[in-house]
Amino acid sequence: MILIVAEHAGGQLAKSTLEMVTAARAVLESGGGREGPVTILVLGQNVAEVANAAAAVADQVLVADLPGLATYNAEVWAAATAQIAQEGEASVVIIGGSRSGREYAPRVAVKLDAPYLEDAIALKANGQALQAQRYTYLARVTETVEAEAPVIVVTVKPGSFAPAAPAPAAGEQYDVELDLPAPRVEVTGRSVEKSSRVALTEADVIVTGGRGVGSPENFATYVEGLADRLGAGVGATRAVVDAGWRPYAEQVGQTGKTVQPKAYVALGVSGAVQHLSGMGKSKYIVAINKDAEAPIFKVADYGIVGDVNQIVPALIEAARK
Amino acid sequence: MKILTLVRQVPDAEARVKINAQQVDLEGATLVIDGMDEYGVEEALRLREGGANVEEIVALAVGPKRVEDALRTALAMGVDRAIHVETDEKLDPIALSRIVAQVAQAEGVGLVLVGGQEADWDSQALGAATAERLGWPQLTWTNELKVEGDTLTGRHDVDDGNESFRAPLPAVVTTQQGLNEPRYPTLPNIMKAKRKELRKDDLATYGVQPRVRVVNSEIQTRARLNRMIDGKDPQAAAQQLLDLLRNEAKVIA
Ligand SMILES: Cc1cc2nc3c(=O)[nH]c(=O)nc-3n(C[C@H](O)[C@H](O)[C@H](O)COP(=O)(O)OP(=O)(O)OC[C@H]3O[C@@H](n4cnc5c(N)ncnc54)[C@H](O)[C@@H]3O)c2cc1C
Repeated sequence: MILIVAEHAGGQLAKSTLEMVTAARAVLESGGGREGPVTILVLGQNVAEVANAAAAVADQVLVADLPGLATYNAEVWAAATAQIAQEGEASVVIIGGSRSGREYAPRVAVKLDAPYLEDAIALKANGQALQAQRYTYLARVTETVEAEAPVIVVTVKPGSFAPAAPAPAAGEQYDVELDLPAPRVEVTGRSVEKSSRVALTEADVIVTGGRGVGSPENFATYVEGLADRLGAGVGATRAVVDAGWRPYAEQVGQTGKTVQPKAYVALGVSGAVQHLSGMGKSKYIVAINKDAEAPIFKVADYGIVGDVNQIVPALIEAARK
Repeated sequence: MKILTLVRQVPDAEARVKINAQQVDLEGATLVIDGMDEYGVEEALRLREGGANVEEIVALAVGPKRVEDALRTALAMGVDRAIHVETDEKLDPIALSRIVAQVAQAEGVGLVLVGGQEADWDSQALGAATAERLGWPQLTWTNELKVEGDTLTGRHDVDDGNESFRAPLPAVVTTQQGLNEPRYPTLPNIMKAKRKELRKDDLATYGVQPRVRVVNSEIQTRARLNRMIDGKDPQAAAQQLLDLLRNEAKVIA
């Protein structure tokens, strides 16, 4: 079987889970002897709705609805996943390429003595081997890697595969029992930074502000103002997040989110390599910066050398028409 | 307690990446300590300076001869001694974690510090894989850390924000920007570092094989239009940009 661990939040199946189903089908269609069924494992508590949504796209769904799974914990998630992979003799284990997914997937690989293909953007069989593509060197290089073993653990980069459409018939659901370890990391406080806007990873258009925007007040006026006009998500550079102007949830880049919108509008952003690695695959990049030498212009499709204080109000005004 | 801090050597972030025979070619590139690992070295030193009971700080590197430079930097920053497992073999993080775990065990360390994401291979796997091999808890993307007795407390980034945590030692912690500001080695410390122990180990001792094969690497830059709009007249520039986005790129309504 091909085992996918569902990503879900707030009682909703995440789009990334549908993308993982497409990745699983890509493995099956490319041959290589790895076989279905495409199985989604749902870990959590009170996850009946998530399981139903998963059943709409998978051949079967394994549901572990347990109090011990109420909140994510790397050791617990790894133990649960490895146990099901072993019992079901999975030949591929697919985990989401979110921060948490890439945190527990290596533990699953070690438990299963499996090779690990991390953050895949494409996946297929190459004979007996499983072959993946991934970005390296701050997303400047695309690399093809492969591994051969009875079971291989893969994480899939969000946004790299089309979400699977519902299958003609819903998959069967089965409850599973698990032997869970006691979590050793205790969470003593939690700060959820939710942006009230379109999720960055889903937005068609993103307006991002950098330090060149000048102040938190300007950020609200210019970046949010333009985003409102364009129905866009709001992004920020690390410099802006470190300065406390914006929440970490909006950070784009190596240590923030990777985004791939149709249009990425960068206001007062210098274009450091760590920022480019998170947005460089956007379809169109627009840059407004007062420094004609700013590196962001090298990757821009449309650029305006100018002051955000002058250009952005004009843009907001023009977009209103 | 002993602390083990892993040090990798990577091309400078701003360096141009070259491909030769379908593999990344580092010939001529400026190589530095991976910035993410440097936060780990700095944090080990700060834990000791802050009064935690730290007997010894050991830096470990796995890689070709040149990796010695990164270890010398760590020694000059203040770690006590270094271990270099010398090999030209390219090891994926799951394979590498076997070496880190074996060294951690042999040295009897209580805390392992590893960078949160490799600046070259972009992997985030080493910390977690090492923790699993050792049977220890892990804290990733840490930006605040305290050690009191056998307890680790701090803060780290998670999917949708950040969390404060408490965990028992021994543990593996992955480090990142924001945790601290790494110090520059001073000249006297660079001199002192030359006399510190840098032990050489052989890969064969660890019985490690790579699990992932790199088939091919390519630089795929999307050709960009690089169309510049004159910004002198803000109204005209704004109108022109919107027209292009609407009618040429067709990305907004
Ligand atoms: C390990 C590591 C990880 C990192 N991860 C990330 C990450 O995930 N995301 C990220 O973004 N960064 C990251 N960084 C930081 C990155 O290197 C840069 O420091 C950061 O992206 C710079 O942000 P900035 O462009 O907003 O600020 P600056 O570099 O200060 O640039 C401001 C720009 O605004 C322009 N400007 C100033 N005033 C105006 C004006 N009035 N009108 C128009 N333009 C103006 C300037 O010309 C300049 O180009 C990371 C760094 C490290 C070392």
